[in-house]
Amino acid sequence: MATHVRQWRTGVAGISVVTVIGLTLTACGGAKVGDDSADSGSSGKCGTFNLAVNPWVGYEADAAVVAYVAQHDLGCTVKKKDLKEEIAWQGFGTGEVDAVLENWGHDDLKKKYITDQKTAVAAGSTGNKGIIGWYVPPWLAKAHPDITDWKNLNKYAANFKTSESGGKGQLLDGDPSYVTNDEALVKNLKLDFKVVYAGSETALIQSFRKAEKNKEWVIGYFYEPQWFLSEVPLVKVDLPAYTTGCDADAAKIACDYPVYDLDKIVSAEFAKSGSPAYDLVKKFNWTNDDQNTVAKYIAVDKLSPDAAAKKWVEANRAKVDAWIK
Amino acid sequence: MAVALEKSAPLAGVRRLRRRTVVAAILVAWLLLFVVLRGKQTLTLAAADLTDLHRWFNDVNDSIGADRNSNPLFLYFFNEIRLVIDNLVTFIQHLISQPSAGRPLPQIGWLGVVGIVGYVSWAVGNWRVALLAVAGFTFLGLQGLWQESMDTLSLTLSAVFVALLFAIPLGVWAGLSDRVNRIVTPFLDFMQTMPTFVYLAPLTLFFLIGGASATIATVIYAAPPAIRITAHAIRSVPETTVEAAESLGATRRQALLKVLLPMSKRTVVMGVNQSIMAALAMVTIAALIDAPGLGKTVVQALQSLDVGTAFNAGLAIVVMAIVLDRVTTAASARAETARRSKNRFLKWRRPLLGAGAAVTAVLVYLSHTYLWAAEFPGDGGTGSSIASAADTATGWAQDNLSGLTNAFRDGITNGLLNPFQSLLTDSPWWLVAAVLIGLGAVLGGARAGVTTAVCLGLLVGTGLWSDAMTTLASTLVATVLVMLLGMVLGVWMGRSPLVDRLLRPSLDAAQVMPPFVYLVPFLALFGATRFTAIVAAIVYAAPVAIKIIADGVRAVPETTVEAATSAGCNTWQIITKVQLPMSRSALTLATNQGLIYVLSMVVVGGLVGAGALGYDVVAGFSQGQLYGKGLAAGLAIVLLGVMFDRITQAAARRASA
Repeated sequence: MATHVRQWRTGVAGISVVTVIGLTLTACGGAKVGDDSADSGSSGKCGTFNLAVNPWVGYEADAAVVAYVAQHDLGCTVKKKDLKEEIAWQGFGTGEVDAVLENWGHDDLKKKYITDQKTAVAAGSTGNKGIIGWYVPPWLAKAHPDITDWKNLNKYAANFKTSESGGKGQLLDGDPSYVTNDEALVKNLKLDFKVVYAGSETALIQSFRKAEKNKEWVIGYFYEPQWFLSEVPLVKVDLPAYTTGCDADAAKIACDYPVYDLDKIVSAEFAKSGSPAYDLVKKFNWTNDDQNTVAKYIAVDKLSPDAAAKKWVEANRAKVDAWIK
Repeated sequence: MAVALEKSAPLAGVRRLRRRTVVAAILVAWLLLFVVLRGKQTLTLAAADLTDLHRWFNDVNDSIGADRNSNPLFLYFFNEIRLVIDNLVTFIQHLISQPSAGRPLPQIGWLGVVGIVGYVSWAVGNWRVALLAVAGFTFLGLQGLWQESMDTLSLTLSAVFVALLFAIPLGVWAGLSDRVNRIVTPFLDFMQTMPTFVYLAPLTLFFLIGGASATIATVIYAAPPAIRITAHAIRSVPETTVEAAESLGATRRQALLKVLLPMSKRTVVMGVNQSIMAALAMVTIAALIDAPGLGKTVVQALQSLDVGTAFNAGLAIVVMAIVLDRVTTAASARAETARRSKNRFLKWRRPLLGAGAAVTAVLVYLSHTYLWAAEFPGDGGTGSSIASAADTATGWAQDNLSGLTNAFRDGITNGLLNPFQSLLTDSPWWLVAAVLIGLGAVLGGARAGVTTAVCLGLLVGTGLWSDAMTTLASTLVATVLVMLLGMVLGVWMGRSPLVDRLLRPSLDAAQVMPPFVYLVPFLALFGATRFTAIVAAIVYAAPVAIKIIADGVRAVPETTVEAATSAGCNTWQIITKVQLPMSRSALTLATNQGLIYVLSMVVVGGLVGAGALGYDVVAGFSQGQLYGKGLAAGLAIVLLGVMFDRITQAAARRASA
């Protein structure tokens, strides 16, 4: 019993000492939380704007600028959500995503969500042209200018051999996000190449970067607009030109990829909501150069997306004004 | 007893010898038939082709998505679960990471969190881990990643909490009943080996985008270790103790609460520990469905190949993992010692705990009220210097090592991987199946043979036989290298406590550092190849094997080693004749775990050039029309995992019998 009392006493003493210290500290504690909260950004009718951000820097540039304008000019509360395409589209139906800003084709998703489920609607072009194709590092195009014609690829096939390609030339493929026709192309154009799946954009970029630096032979699948092209300007190889319908039968494709008109998709609900953010998304339109500029701010100059958007918006006020008129 | 042992020892030796000849015979027959039958009936499927099963998976997935808003199962079941978990996550986030209730900052600022972490670590562990915890969490702030870290911590805590809510009762049940254990085990295997990419998209369909989906994805991966270890803990309580309690008239309930649970407390805490580690391994994957925190920083930095920033965030995950690991380990050690010792500080413990609580309360109050204690001061300068140092280091390695590494890569690929892979993929499928079933039956017994046959039959059913064989080749090569590394470093660590202490933090780091952080420099060194994927698997799987082997070597009785030394054995002889043979069961366990861990890296391998099953899963996650194929590939990985797990476990039982 006695020990209990003693313990209790020490405890109380300890607590009181601490409380005194605490109070002394609070007395000279400095600025309080919430002192300078001016409660900005609650200006009315825009409300919350759920913007999907798909995982590539070009898209991030789009999203940064649209979010910046929506927030500062329209007073929206912008919620950016980092999602892969498939999941972002899925979010239209559940009301968790309002807009996707840079859609690359994706006819399967359009059919599923716009035509069948009717949870999404198209909101026009972004003004960006998406180009997909086979690229070689610039040193190679310079050293062997005729390599950019597909007819000469077999001549160089042996140079593209690697540990992965089983005696043939290696065609490095496989950002898993996009449809590729490359296996069919190799077969139908009778090229002595084997498609090797790198498996991620990171792997493709790293391969091209290394190839340019060490003057290695690499040919692979790539696309623009892409920030990496401002670091290493890859050269596109000409495949047989695309004509409408030449890609109708996937097994028999023997032509280049079409030029994609990158477009915006919004949820059906959002389109009807009358939100000023919807009008902004609908009118948002810029060039590949614009996007590359912002993408370069983010990827190469390492600005935060918000800072990159601010820099671009301040330099291009006229374009922005046209979106929010 | 002794007589029986003497009799069975030479018998076992003979059996082992005969087993070896049978294995050799099977392999020779395979090689001969391979030469004759090469390239026939290999069941290949091109990257863009689908089978009926894959299309059917697609249709099921689509139809679930289409009637999500009208299906009562969604309206009344999944939505309710989502709501509860979402609220839990948001509650913790508002406490420590996100602005809440009109405040620009969370309720508890950095000082409060550091105070709580220090106090709790001290209360459940000891003052040394408390210091480590305080230093570790302060370091997170200095890295400029306070808020991100707290988001990650919130998600991890919610996920581990939810996981334990199910895992501990289930684990106890599985520990008490053999039948439950048999039923639960395949589900646990499934949860641990099914690649997360496969169920990530459906999860967001069921539980929407946000905290709930991220938490549930993490729970699926983090619960199995806790269940297994709890069951194991209950089982390891000596039967005599339970019998004694029962003979004293204890009811089942009393026996459980007063005997089984207290006696297995230490091991159960290790289960909590493993659960936390598994949850932290999911941080970057959960970021793909918008889970906030350090994972997002890693993923975003890697989009522009910014290794430095990604490394800085990865390091924060490592620091958090090491702190949580050491605290829970200390807690489990305490659970043991507290029961035994009568420490003279024990008298002081209660008042000290009270005083500590008071100090913590003051710190929490300060961090709630004052800006300096709420928002971590400084601009994260440490973080940017870490980032630039990491950039410099990887840049140097890429510039200077690549000639050397290419030769190494080509050596392994051409000398080992390519021949083995062509043996597996170019043989007729039935030949490979027959060989594997034969090996399974010889090494693991009739039962393992049957399991192998079932798994292989299902594997053919997935339509991805050829891809599975390609993946299998890389997996086995990686496992062999893991075991080589494991034996060298494991023995070294087991023999020297100093080496152990020096190496262990790097092993922990290798296990929780998000793979892509080190894969970017590896890609620069080795290119997008199967070899890069193998290296990734080794980095992740070797630490487990090394740790298990080190423990095994250390468990060899000191007297045995001393006896061998006095008999004139040199170091090499002691290792090869005494320490390794005596830790045979540790070696088989290490092989088993090494293989399972290697398999769990198949998907990451697919991202860096391994192709095959890993790429199928990744592409299925990214392209709607390939979803079904990705799911089938995920199933194929599970089947490979279950098959090898059963064979190695059965072999291990035989070896120790």
